[in-house]
Amino acid sequence: MTEAPIRFYQVGSFAVGNRLLPLEVRTVQAESDRSNAITSGHRACQGCGEALGARYALDAAMAATKGQMFAVNATGCLEVFSTPYPETSWRLPWLHSLFGNAPAVATGVAAALKAQGRDDIRVVAQGGDGGTVDIGFACLSGMFERNDDVLYICYDNEGYMNTGVQRSGATPPAARTMTTQAVGDDPGNVFGQGKDVPRIAMAHEIPYVATATVADLHDLEAKATKAMSMRGARYLHVLVPCPLGWGSESSATLAVARGATQSGLFPVFEAEGGEVTGVTPIRRQVPVEDYLSMQKRFAHLFSPRRRDDVIARVQAQADKNIRRYGLLEES
Amino acid sequence: MTEQRLTDLGMPQRPFAITLDVGSSLANHTGTWRTERPVYVSNLPPCNHACPAGEDIQQWLYLAEEGGYEAAWRRILADNPFPAIMGRVCYHPCETACNRAEIDEAVGINAVERFLGDQARVEGWALPTPAPGSGKRVLVVGAGPSGLSAAWFLRLLGHDVTLRDAEDRPGGMMRYGIPAYRLPRDVVDEEIARIETLGVHFELGSRVDDLEPLLATYDAVFLAVGAHVGRRAYVPAGEAARIVDAVSLLHDVEGGTAPLLGRTVAVYGGGNTALDAARTARRLGATDAVVVYRRTRDRMPAHDSEVQEALDEGIRMKWLSTVKHADEGVLLIEKMELDETGFPQPTGEMEELAADSLVLALGQDADLALLDGLDGITTTGGVVDVDPSMMTGRIGLFAGGDMVPSDRTVTVAVGHGKTAARHIDAWLRGTTCPPVPQRSLAAFDDLTTWYYSDAPHRVRPRLEGARRAGTFDEVVQGLDPESALFEARRCLSCGNCFGCDNCFGVCPDNAVKKIGAPGPGGYEFDFDFCKGCGLCVAECPCGAITMVPEE
Ligand SMILES: Cc1cc2nc3c(=O)[nH]c(=O)nc-3n(C[C@H](O)[C@H](O)[C@H](O)COP(=O)(O)OP(=O)(O)OC[C@H]3O[C@@H](n4cnc5c(N)ncnc54)[C@H](O)[C@@H]3O)c2cc1C
Ligand SMILES: Cc1ncc(C[n+]2csc(CCOP(=O)(O)OP(=O)(O)O)c2C)c(N)n1
Ligand code: SF4
Ligand code: SF4
Ligand code: SF4
Repeated sequence: MTEAPIRFYQVGSFAVGNRLLPLEVRTVQAESDRSNAITSGHRACQGCGEALGARYALDAAMAATKGQMFAVNATGCLEVFSTPYPETSWRLPWLHSLFGNAPAVATGVAAALKAQGRDDIRVVAQGGDGGTVDIGFACLSGMFERNDDVLYICYDNEGYMNTGVQRSGATPPAARTMTTQAVGDDPGNVFGQGKDVPRIAMAHEIPYVATATVADLHDLEAKATKAMSMRGARYLHVLVPCPLGWGSESSATLAVARGATQSGLFPVFEAEGGEVTGVTPIRRQVPVEDYLSMQKRFAHLFSPRRRDDVIARVQAQADKNIRRYGLLEES
Repeated sequence: MTEQRLTDLGMPQRPFAITLDVGSSLANHTGTWRTERPVYVSNLPPCNHACPAGEDIQQWLYLAEEGGYEAAWRRILADNPFPAIMGRVCYHPCETACNRAEIDEAVGINAVERFLGDQARVEGWALPTPAPGSGKRVLVVGAGPSGLSAAWFLRLLGHDVTLRDAEDRPGGMMRYGIPAYRLPRDVVDEEIARIETLGVHFELGSRVDDLEPLLATYDAVFLAVGAHVGRRAYVPAGEAARIVDAVSLLHDVEGGTAPLLGRTVAVYGGGNTALDAARTARRLGATDAVVVYRRTRDRMPAHDSEVQEALDEGIRMKWLSTVKHADEGVLLIEKMELDETGFPQPTGEMEELAADSLVLALGQDADLALLDGLDGITTTGGVVDVDPSMMTGRIGLFAGGDMVPSDRTVTVAVGHGKTAARHIDAWLRGTTCPPVPQRSLAAFDDLTTWYYSDAPHRVRPRLEGARRAGTFDEVVQGLDPESALFEARRCLSCGNCFGCDNCFGVCPDNAVKKIGAPGPGGYEFDFDFCKGCGLCVAECPCGAITMVPEE
C-alpha cells in the first residue's frame, strides 16, 4: 500500500475527509481550494465515473505540481463531454489529440518543454481504455520504451462508450456491449486472453505502474501524487464505472467500483521498475456474483436462465487475481 | 501586428478560423437534467429514540468525539441532570437499539456518559443559569430521580421550586435502594447538590400526608413518591422464621442499621432487587447467598450483566423453585416446571434448603395514602393514571416515576420528571407544550458502513469477583480518557451529518459546496449543476442526505 493505514476509528481512512482528521491525512478532494481541474457544467452522464476519476487524478496531480501542469487528451467521452466547442470544463492547459496518439503528442510536449528548459512544468496524458489499450497502444508502448517524462492515465470504463458502447480490449468476458450482444449459447464478450495493460506496462520496466479505482480516493490520490514525484514514463490505470454502458444505477458508481475490487476482479496494486511493490488487500470480500448482478451488462447471466458455468469462469478469474497479487493476505 | 490592428478596429482577437470565443462550461447549467434532488436531513438515531430520558445521544457523542467534553456534558444536561448516575445505573436501552450492533458491537454509550459525568465532577463545570423568575410556585413531593429531575427542569424554566421528601436525605431509591457498590454515594451527593445550587428549596424529613391544602398553596404539584412497599404476602412462615423484605433491608444498610441475616441467606425473587439483596447479603458477611427463583435464567427479569456479576461473586441460583414455607434455619422448596407458555407450574416435589434468613424481593407497591380523598384521581393496578402531559385526573396535580404505569427504572423516572416539568411550565403559563418535531428513524440500511473502520468495543474494567465480597467498593470502573474518546468515535452518527466531506468529494459535478466548517449545516447543493445522480446520497456514510422528487 502506498499509504500507512490511518488509525482513525470513526471513519478509518476511507471517507474523503472528516472534520476530525489531521489536515495532512485528508484528501485533496476534501479541501475547498481543490483545483476542480474539470469543472461543473460538463455534459457527462449522471453519476459518471470517468468525470469523477479525472477530477480525482488531476486535482491530486495539480496539488503535487503546484498547478504547473499540462494535459494532453485522447478522443473519447472525457473529451466530448468536457469540450463541446466553444465550451470547456478544463481549468489547466489542455491539448486535444487524436484518438490514438495522445502518448506521442504528450511526448512531444514534454520534449518541447525540455528544449525550453522548463523542467518545472509536468505533462500528463489521458484517455479512455479504447484509446489506450487498443488504438493508442503502439504510441503508448513507444512512450514507455523511450521512458518519456509523461504520466499516462487511462480511465478504464471497459468499452468504447463515446461512440455507443462497443467492446474494447479491456471489456471483460461475458459483458454485453453493442458489438458483443447477449445472443446464443455464449452470450456477451468472449473469454479471451484479455489485454492487461498494467502488466504490459510493467513488462516495459518503467519507473511506476499503478492501478486504482474511484472507490478508494485516498489510494488514488496517493498514487497520482507519488507518480508526479517521479520522472520518466509512468502509467496509472483507473477503473471508472460507466452507469450508461454498464447499466448500473447512477448513484451506484462507487459501490460498483468497490464491488470490482472486493471481488478480486480488479486488483489494486503498484509496481516500480517492473516489480509489484504494494497491493491493496481486499477488505470485505464478495463473490463475483454480487458485483455482476449490479450491472445490466451481465443481466443475461442471471435470466432468463442462470449461467452458473459462466459465473464460475468469472469467479475463477477473480480467484486468479487474488492468488497472483496476494489480495487476501493479511496486510 | 495584425492582431494589434484588429483590436484597434474593435474586433475581438481570435486565432485563425476560430469564430466563437471559448467559454467555460459553467455556462451550461446541467441542473436542468435533474428529476430528483438531494436534501440534507437530520433523522432520529435509534439510540436517541430508545433513551427513556430522551437524550440526544448522537449529538453529545458528536461533541465528545472532538474532545469537547464540557459541551457534550451540557448537551446531556439539557435532557438529564445526572450523567454520572446514569453512567452507572441506567440499563442503557440506547445500546440495545444502537445500529453499530449490526456491524460489531453497540457503542458503549453508557460508559462514555459516565466518563463525561465524572469529568464534570472532577473539573467542576459551571451549571446552566435558570430563566428569569416566573413568580410561580411549584411543589415537588419525593426527592427520587423523578422528583429531582422535575425540580431541576422547573427551576431552569424560572419557577420557584420546593422539593419535599420524607427521608432525611434526598435521592430516593438511588440512595436507599441501589447499593453503593453499583452507585457510590459521593456520586449521588454531588449530582444532587447541583439542584440545590440551582436554587431549589429542599425540605427533607418532611413526609406529605395530606395533599389537599398544598394544592391550594402551590400553583402546581408534581408527585413522585415511588413504590416502596415490599410485597410479602405469599410466604407462609413459622413464628421463629427470620424474614425481611429486600427494600427494607437495603434501606437499613444505607442507614447503618442492617439486620443480622446470619451465614446463609436465601433471596426469593428474580428481579434486579433480588440480585442486589443477595450481593448485599454477601457483603454483610453471609458465606452463602442463594437466589430462589420460580423460572429459568432466560426468563429472569434481572439484567444479564447483574446476573453475571452476582455469579462472579459466588451467589448461587436455584432455578425453577418456590418457597412453600419458611421456618427457623430452613426453607421448604417446591420444584417447578415451565408450561408451554413459560408459566411456572408446581410439581409437588419438595426439598429443604438451609437458610438463616429469607429476603423477599417480590416487587414493590406504591403507597398512595396521601392521595386519599382527592377528587378525580384514578389508579390502575395500584399506580396512578396520568395523561401524556403527566397530569393526573386532578387539575394541576402531576405525577411520574414508579408511582405511575411504566417501567420502573431511574431513567424512566428522570424522563417523566423532564416531561412533567415542560408540561407544568406550559400549563402555568397558560400555553401548551410545543409538539416534538417528528423525525424519521435513522435505519441501519441507510448507512454506508464501508466508510467506518472496524473498531472493537472498549469495555469498562471491573473489580475481580473475589475482591468484591466484603466491600461496598464500586465494582465497575470508568473508562480512561483514551478509551472514552475511542468509544465516542465508534458512533456511526446515524442519520446526522458528522462532517466527513464525502458528499463534497464524491459529486462528479462539483455541485456540493462547503459553506462553513464541516459538520451539520456545513454543506449545500449547487442546484445549477447538480444532475441528481444520487451519488452523494449513496455515499454519505451516515444517511444524512436523501433524494426528493423535483417540483
Ligand atoms: C434495589 C433496587 C435496585 C434498583 N436498581 C436500579 C438500577 O440499577 N437502575 C435503574 O434504572 N433502576 C433501578 N431501580 C429502580 C429505580 O430505583 C426506581 O425506578 C426509581 O428510583 C424510581 O424513582 P422515583 O423518583 O419514582 O421514586 P423513588 O426513587 O422511589 O423516590 C421516591 C421518593 O419519595 C419519597 N416519598 C415517598 N412517599 C413520600 C411522602 N408521602 N412524602 C414525602 N416524600 C415521600 C421517598 O422518600 C423517596 O425519596 C432499582 C430499584 C431497587 C429497589
Ligand atoms: C482513429 C479513430 N477511430 C475511431 C474514432 C471514433 N471514436 C472516437 S471516441 C471513440 C471511442 C472512445 O472509447 P474510449 O477510448 O474507451 O473512451 P470512452 O469514450 O469510453 O471514455 C471512437 C471509436 C476516432 N476518433 N479515431
Ligand atoms: S451508532 Fe451512534 S448514532 Fe447510531 S445508534 Fe449507535 S450511538 Fe446512536
Ligand atoms: S457525506 Fe459526510 S459530510 Fe456529507 S452529509 Fe454525510 S456525513 Fe455529512
Ligand atoms: S453527487 Fe452531485 S450531481 Fe449527484 S446528486 Fe449529489 S450533488 Fe447532485
